[in-house]
Amino acid sequence: MNKTVNQKAWFLVLPVLILVGFSAVIPLMTVVNYSVQDTFGNNVFFWAGLDWFRDMLESERMWNALGRQLVFSGIILAIEVPLGIFVALNMPKKGFWASFCLVLMSLPLLIPWNVVGTIWQIFGRVDIGLLGYTLAKLGISYNYTQDFIAAWATVIVMDVWHWTSLVALLAYAGLQSIPDAYYQAAKIDQASRWKVFRFIELPKMAGVLMIAILLRFMDSFMIYTEPFVVTGGGPGNATTFLSIDLVKMALGQFDLGPAAAFSLMYFLVILLISWVFYTVMTNLDKREGR
Amino acid sequence: MTDATTSAPGAASIPGDVSAAEPRAQSRRRFRPSGSVVVMTLYLVFLMLPIYWLINMSLKTNTEILGAFSLWPRDLTFANYVKILTDPSWYMGYVNSIIYVTLNTVISIAVALPAAYAFSRYSFMGDKHLFFWLLTNRMAPPAVFALPFFQLYSSVGLFDTHIAVALAHTLFNVPLAVWILEGFMRGVPREIDETAYLDGYSFPKFFVKIFMPLVASGVGVAAFFCFMFSWVELLLSRTLTSVDAKPIAATMTRTVSASGLDWGVLAAAGVLTIVPGALVIWFVRNYIAKGFALGRV
Amino acid sequence: MAKITLDNLAHSYLKQPQKDDDWALKELNHDWVDGEAYALLGSSGCGKSTLLNIISGLLQPSQGRILFDGRDVTHAPTAERNIAQVFQFPVVYDTMSVGENLAFPLKNRGADPKYIAERVNAIAAMIGMEDQLKRKARGLTADAKQKISLGRGMVREDVNALLFDEPLTVIDPHMKWELRTQLKQLHHDFGHTMIYVTHDQTEALTFADKVVVMYDGRVVQIGTPQELFERPAHTFVGFFIGSPGMNLFDAEIAGTIATVQGASVPLGGSYAPKTGHTQIGVRPEFVRLQAGGEGLPARILRVEDVGRHKIVRLDVGGTAANAILDEGTPVPAGADRVVFDPGAINVYADDWRVAPQGAQGDGPQGAQGDGPQGAQGDGPQGAQGDGPQGAQQGRAA
Repeated sequence: MNKTVNQKAWFLVLPVLILVGFSAVIPLMTVVNYSVQDTFGNNVFFWAGLDWFRDMLESERMWNALGRQLVFSGIILAIEVPLGIFVALNMPKKGFWASFCLVLMSLPLLIPWNVVGTIWQIFGRVDIGLLGYTLAKLGISYNYTQDFIAAWATVIVMDVWHWTSLVALLAYAGLQSIPDAYYQAAKIDQASRWKVFRFIELPKMAGVLMIAILLRFMDSFMIYTEPFVVTGGGPGNATTFLSIDLVKMALGQFDLGPAAAFSLMYFLVILLISWVFYTVMTNLDKREGR
Repeated sequence: MTDATTSAPGAASIPGDVSAAEPRAQSRRRFRPSGSVVVMTLYLVFLMLPIYWLINMSLKTNTEILGAFSLWPRDLTFANYVKILTDPSWYMGYVNSIIYVTLNTVISIAVALPAAYAFSRYSFMGDKHLFFWLLTNRMAPPAVFALPFFQLYSSVGLFDTHIAVALAHTLFNVPLAVWILEGFMRGVPREIDETAYLDGYSFPKFFVKIFMPLVASGVGVAAFFCFMFSWVELLLSRTLTSVDAKPIAATMTRTVSASGLDWGVLAAAGVLTIVPGALVIWFVRNYIAKGFALGRV
Repeated sequence: MAKITLDNLAHSYLKQPQKDDDWALKELNHDWVDGEAYALLGSSGCGKSTLLNIISGLLQPSQGRILFDGRDVTHAPTAERNIAQVFQFPVVYDTMSVGENLAFPLKNRGADPKYIAERVNAIAAMIGMEDQLKRKARGLTADAKQKISLGRGMVREDVNALLFDEPLTVIDPHMKWELRTQLKQLHHDFGHTMIYVTHDQTEALTFADKVVVMYDGRVVQIGTPQELFERPAHTFVGFFIGSPGMNLFDAEIAGTIATVQGASVPLGGSYAPKTGHTQIGVRPEFVRLQAGGEGLPARILRVEDVGRHKIVRLDVGGTAANAILDEGTPVPAGADRVVFDPGAINVYADDWRVAPQGAQGDGPQGAQGDGPQGAQGDGPQGAQGDGPQGAQQGRAA
């Protein structure tokens, strides 16, 4: 659609600009400010240059957290996206059962994140939780506060439980937009179920799936509350993801300088990966169009 | 625009065509593997089990929770709920949460509406950069902003107020609202604007009287998402409050560390935090599918 | 290719149809003769798409059977019926190239690659897209996409029938003409059985050998364009075919005379007295205007010149009516009477045509029952005037 050029449109954008400027730019400036200064307390600051950045880049702690974070995001994307599509394909198309499924599936999305953590913390406990109790009865040693594998498994299953529905609902919305004639034509053309998926459903879902992947990547990369409630980042540092580490550093130890430098790099990494995602995907999309 | 024609819903565009509605169900059904019901049942059971367990626990006494393992409450009690609903330090948490969530939703939508209109209708200097910059704020980790927010709102005397949390949450909700609304507004033909101006409507009158009803579903969807993300967020709301505006979610975390053992009350509080979300979903259940497409399909 | 037989077929979208109205498609018996081109004509919601989807197997009928060359396929899946269908809105596989789109139905059936390439090239030439075979289908215009859909429908040579569900709705007017001509040519060359659903009478009359007119879930008449023009079996056909449609007047019928608004109108044959709602119908082409004398009193409302002829809008005793005059014929000065050509008057009782006595005609029910040939008895009159085809095409051009 061709848009008219109109510089007065800036006035319409102004409220957003002021508000987001207030709640994003000012805090971000504070962060930048901290990241280049050092203090001995009493609010006396002096210039530290890029030392904090160098420190953080050399710090094993941050690299480990980043590594864990990447592994975590990779695993949950690899599970949630295919599973979400699979669930969407199996959802009823209309009527009471469609609404029924939609309502139940949306439920986990609207639970406060710490409650999600609490739910799984309880659910996984060997003494009072259904999951932990059942696993223990089956003779599987399971303790998410002590065991590395159990902690990771719990955090991943929790995230799958929490967010797969979002992917499924987006994919479902994409599927709903496919006109019947496509399915009928496929039948006439004797396309197999796989080909219907590959050539009709997947291309029509591509747009929303891209949104789903981006959203899931960003949110999983910023995950804080749920693992913090369940494992507190442990055992050891096994589930200390970037946000958990950052909060520990900034609010726990009040290491303002390193935390600020960490923050900025963290933000940049998310922006960078999102941008790469977005560019690669839109490019793929365009190349297909040719 | 060619895609718009192809995605027009087939025969349904012939008004009153008897064949429009039903064959869809039939033809689709034959494409579904018969295992669909099994898949959906398994998935929903997976989703519901942990929630069921929480409800189950909230209806038990602490002795029962810790004493005997049972799949349903043997000794049904509502004492946990009674405690929450009669103790101000508990139920004020809900009131606080609802106040700042509502404030946030109203503010986000109010500022996002004109901006989304501008992005969907006009091109102006720096529009694309501005739009992208807005979206990057949705990508900002709340953890990064926790400390600066704390200092910012403390310095202007807004610490521990509802408005502080509401404003902090606009950080990620306003970009989202702008983005969703822009998608919906793009779907409204520009001819409508032009006709209205020709008919002598002023911009504000046109916007409120004609345009808003047309994008009502978009406003609903955006409000739903603002509600959702503000309601579920904890890190910022906990950092920015201490007593007067403390959200229910934070109240819960404190109780865990303090008493630690009162599982029944904790579970009941958890169940009660699910209720507002469930209510909202129930009201929008017929629009969920469309809503999650965010106007982008 | 096959003869398609509909035996006692009916369909309702409700689980338990009670009233007549619950049936989207009322009981129907019909043979689609092998190699003929049919048009299924009717207004929206008359059940024509339902019928088409039952034939292609996308819908299961509530009752009755469908036979392909005598073999019962009522419950056979679409794939087994080996038919091709083109839909109202273009269906293309966006991520495939134009050529892959065309090859898709053949590939799915495991055809020989050499044969596929050959067919794809032939079809591409037919739809005029030879130079775009490598291009992705995404981003093409609606026109081009629908041409691909048509091509995909025609790529298989061995189909039992080719079904078209208003395929030209989204096509530009001038392309419409061209594609329709190509379809007609295709039918001529290969002799597929074709069924073409449309609500556009021009499309139906120019495309088909036989036109099947549907109204309210019922087939009301099957016939050649000329039959539909001269002897509409149902007032709906009279009204729907032709522009403007047939004039209808409430009348009392007695022998060879119809009494309309107190005036006598001579008929072309003799009719037994009829009860119920009786009407006479006469096409505007057979209405003459004159000043004074015989005929029904009429008032001229306005005259529309549409090029090859003039349409005179009339008010005949409170009933709206039309007359068509040739371009050369002037409207008579002071015209206040209309006269009908007796041979061109059809008599209707409760909307169904009544054949004159002594003619080999049949009752209204016969129109649905038998094959297309039997649908219409020979009326007493021979062909009159120039056929509707000429008239329709002239107007459409």
